[in-house]
Amino acid sequence: MASQEEPENIQVEVEREESPREQPPARAKLHPNTCPVCKSHYREDELRAALRVCTVCGHHFPVGAEERVEQLADPGSFRGMADDLRSADPLAFTDLRPYTERLSEAEVATGLGDALIAGTATIAGMPCVLCTMDFAFMGGSMGSVVGEVFTRASDVAAERGIPLVSVTSSGGARMQENILALMQMAKTVCAVDLLQESGVPYVSVVAHPTTGGVIASFAALGDFVVSEPGALLSFAGPRVVQETTRETLPADFGRAESSLEHGLIDAVIARPELKGTLGQILRLCAGGTLVPMEPGGDAVAPPPGIVQRVLRFLRSSPHGDAHTNGGPA
Amino acid sequence: MNSRLPTPFRGLRRRLAERAAESDIWDAVQLARDDGRPYTLDYAEWLVDDWIEVHGDRAGTDDHAIVTGIGSFRGRTIAIVGHQKGRDLKERAYRNFGMAQPQGYAKARRVFALADRLGFPVVTMIDTPGAYPGVEAEQAGQAAAIAQSMLAMTRLRVPTVACVIGEGGSGGALAIGVADRVLMLEHSIYSVISPEGCASILWRDVNQRRKAAAAFKPTARFSYELGVVDTVVGEPSGGAHKDHERAARMLGDAIGVALDSIEAEPVEQRRAARRAKFRRMGVWLEDGVVVGEKEHDHELAAPAPAE
Repeated sequence: MASQEEPENIQVEVEREESPREQPPARAKLHPNTCPVCKSHYREDELRAALRVCTVCGHHFPVGAEERVEQLADPGSFRGMADDLRSADPLAFTDLRPYTERLSEAEVATGLGDALIAGTATIAGMPCVLCTMDFAFMGGSMGSVVGEVFTRASDVAAERGIPLVSVTSSGGARMQENILALMQMAKTVCAVDLLQESGVPYVSVVAHPTTGGVIASFAALGDFVVSEPGALLSFAGPRVVQETTRETLPADFGRAESSLEHGLIDAVIARPELKGTLGQILRLCAGGTLVPMEPGGDAVAPPPGIVQRVLRFLRSSPHGDAHTNGGPA
Repeated sequence: MNSRLPTPFRGLRRRLAERAAESDIWDAVQLARDDGRPYTLDYAEWLVDDWIEVHGDRAGTDDHAIVTGIGSFRGRTIAIVGHQKGRDLKERAYRNFGMAQPQGYAKARRVFALADRLGFPVVTMIDTPGAYPGVEAEQAGQAAAIAQSMLAMTRLRVPTVACVIGEGGSGGALAIGVADRVLMLEHSIYSVISPEGCASILWRDVNQRRKAAAAFKPTARFSYELGVVDTVVGEPSGGAHKDHERAARMLGDAIGVALDSIEAEPVEQRRAARRAKFRRMGVWLEDGVVVGEKEHDHELAAPAPAE
């Protein structure tokens, strides 16, 4: 009978292996909504409503490009331009991963075409062209698309005679486009040259962090350059400076407050006051007259002469005619 | 939208990839850094007569990493502004390895202004690992100094020619590189960051510098293919360090051709044309179409006339 057939003892060894206790790493990676200074944690909607400033200690969290527009532009006034541009891969660049893969990952993560968005808007009632950068898109690095979007934005400002406002947050030129990325520095400087020639004001907000090829080109050339508390602003990053000079860096190396001390920027402005200050600057630039813009209307009559001629010249040259500066899309 | 749609983008990618032989590119990097190559003052000696070096930013500093001066070049007085490296230990330290401080770019700006006022064409010589990354340099506004130097160059009324003669390193190089014509010596390099810097950031390992150099292709040929330089200037066989006099003569011929062609253009259009040239730089996709790929029939040709 089956019952008499003693089944062989089956040895079952149960090894109880405990998964290794989670050791907190030396520098625990904080949740993006946890303040790295005072460790206060915020829900997403709380932080957004507080303009991403820690309500306890005043730490300024990074702000994405679209959210920055929401913070600064009057509701509903922003009309994007040049948002169909995407980076190509002219060098077929691959480091640990292909450039194209990094691009699509950044596009999925941020929902943006590249690291800079631009459009016309009003700030505190004052019309302007506004462009904002997103550090989450490959470190806000400047490749051909960022250079082209900035240039178009600047050209629209020059053509219509309305001020240009840029908010930067960038590690510098995009290494994956090497020499073409470097040339975007010259390209954006040429755009600012035209802007200055046409007598249009340019306000540059250098947010944390603005370094390398971006601060060494258009961002440094604002008629007014303002920053936010604690922002890192330097050409070479702290690590490079440390490695090259082998000195101990001052604690406030490259910080906005130190840059103010050294006469490199005009003001350090806490984020809640930023919109008001920009409005104030734009009003002063307009000669003190507050002329609210009709939503969707053309703000100011274009200035005469030189700018239109120059733009016509630019567009008539090879490759320059592949786009139209049609203004609000 | 555009009757001159660029040729298919894949062509360029394949061409670039095929030629990206890693070792060739690394050889080029090392050759560009060879301390036997002629430096700015060597070229000044061979290229111009009656050379007078001028010094200082008129605000308290003379940066030795940037040399400036005037001299007579084939019948006209030109101003030369260039990075200067040193050959022995002492001179290298004196020249700070060719890495300029903000005051060096202020010195360059002063000489640009002088040349513009007096009508001297400006020839710049680019040969630097980059702008100096130091605490004091940052505090004195290194970033703004570079930006303002570029801006000053876009505004010059006189003809300008930039020559990459060795190492064209990053913003510190481009600061004196925004010119009507950009020439590049055959065995020089031009890049957004040093191969070492790129390797340590993207590969997180500085020993991957050969790979980094091969990936970002800093050579004259690629810079030309990407439309960044107008002319690649040949060197004596083996490289410019083999024969300084001959190298200077070859560069001088190219500078002469460039100056002649710029001088033939109307002065009032020069600034707009220079702006238009840099305005075109870049390659991107628009509505899925590649924009900005260069066709190579424009060597030393005048920019397209305004319609």
